[in-house]
Amino acid sequence: MRTIKLTLNDTAVTREVEDSRLLVEFLREDLKLTGTKESCGVGVCGACTVLIDGKPISSCLALAVHADGCAVTTIEGIAEGDRLHPLQQAFLDHGGFQCGICTPGQILAAKALLDAKPHPTRAEIQEWMMGNLCRCTGYYKIIESIAAAAGAE
Amino acid sequence: MVPFTYLEPASLDEALALLAQHGGEAKLIAGGTGLVNLMKQRLARPAFVIGLRALQPLAGISENGGLKIGALATLQSLATSETIRRTAPLLAEACGHVATVRVRSMATLGGAMAHADPNLDTPPALMALDAQIVARSHRGERAIPVEKLFTGYYQTVLESDEIVTEIRVPAQPAGSGTVFLKFLPATQDDYATVSVAARVTLDRNGNIADARVALGAAAMVPVRATAVETVLRGKPADDRNLGEAAALVRDAVDPIEDFRGSAEYKRKMAVVHVRRALAAAAGNAKRAL
Repeated sequence: MRTIKLTLNDTAVTREVEDSRLLVEFLREDLKLTGTKESCGVGVCGACTVLIDGKPISSCLALAVHADGCAVTTIEGIAEGDRLHPLQQAFLDHGGFQCGICTPGQILAAKALLDAKPHPTRAEIQEWMMGNLCRCTGYYKIIESIAAAAGAE
Repeated sequence: MVPFTYLEPASLDEALALLAQHGGEAKLIAGGTGLVNLMKQRLARPAFVIGLRALQPLAGISENGGLKIGALATLQSLATSETIRRTAPLLAEACGHVATVRVRSMATLGGAMAHADPNLDTPPALMALDAQIVARSHRGERAIPVEKLFTGYYQTVLESDEIVTEIRVPAQPAGSGTVFLKFLPATQDDYATVSVAARVTLDRNGNIADARVALGAAAMVPVRATAVETVLRGKPADDRNLGEAAALVRDAVDPIEDFRGSAEYKRKMAVVHVRRALAAAAGNAKRAL
C-alpha cells in the first residue's frame, strides 16, 4: 500500500492505494467517479481516457501510484458549476454522442488538443482523435462537435 | 492484475541498487504501456516493479553534434520536438506513427528499447540513424548499437540489473535524406504490417555514397537489410537501381503469419515499401545537397 497525493479536478486528494491498483479502478471504485469508462482494458479504445498534467492517457494502463504528485482531470472536472465546458455543449448541440460510453474519453482527448492548440484544422482534429473509438456515431458528429467548439470550419 | 510491490527510487543510483538487490524478481516501469499490458495478461509476474518516473534527468534531449536522448523521453515529446524534427526527422516521424496520442504520451524511447517487441516503430528508425543505447548497472556503463541490442522476441542483450539511460544518435552524414514508411492496411493505430526506415546519402555527383535500410515487423527482431545497402553504394539513385536493390530484401526478412497478413504477403510488401522508401529518402537527400 502507498499513500498518493494528487490534484484531482483542481481538488487535493490523499488516499491509500494498493501498489498494483490501476488508475481507472482508483477513479471509478475508490473515488466513485464513474464518468471514466473501462471498455477494452488494453489501452486501445480510449474510453478510459483521462488527462494527467494535461496529457491524454489510458487510465486502464496507468498505475494509480503514477498519479502521485500529478494533476488529474476526469470528465467530472471540466464543467464550471452549471456551466458546461464548450466541448460538452458542442457535443450536445451537434449530436456528438449516441450511447455515450466513449463520450467522456472523446471529450477529454479533445480538451487536451484544444488546450494545446485552440484552432486546429479538421485534419489535425481527425489525426489527434484517431485513437478514441466509437461504435455508434461513425465519428462524423464527434469531429463536427470538436470543430465547432474550436471555431474551425 | 498480478500483485506486486512498487518501488520508486529517487535517483538513478538508488534504482541501480534496487535492481542489483532484486535482480530477476524485478521489472522496470517507465510509461507502463508495455509492462502493464503484460502483467494484465499474466505474461509478466514480477514481485517488484521499480518505477523510473522520478528520474527526471533521464527525460531530457540535448544536442552537441549528435543527439543525446534521455531514456524517459516520451514518444510524443520526441515526435513534436523541434530539435528532433530538425536534426533527426526520421526519429520524429517514427515516434509520431506509434499507436495513439495516449500511448505516445506515456511510452518512452528507453522503454521501447528494453521492451523489444519486433513490431515496434522506433527500433528500425534508430538503426537507420546508426544510434546506440547506453545501459547502466551498478557494475558500470556500456554503449550498445541498437542493431546489436535485440536478440529475439521480447529479448535483448540487457542484463536483469541494467537500465537503459540514454539513446545516442550521431551527427548524420551530409547529403543524407531519410524517410519512415509504416504500412498499415487495416487500422491506423495498429502495429505495422511492415515498416521501413531508410537513409540515403548522396555524393556530389548525385550517386549513392551510402544507405541504411531497416525494417520493423519483418522478423523476430528488427532487420537491417545490409544486402540492399551494399548493392546501392556508388550507384545512381534511379528507379532501376533502387528497384533491383529493394528486391533483395525478400531474403533479408522472415515475417510471421498473423492477422496482418501471410508471410508471403509481408515479404512482397517489404519489397514494395523498401523500394518506395529508397526513392523517398533519395529524393529528400537530393533536396539536402
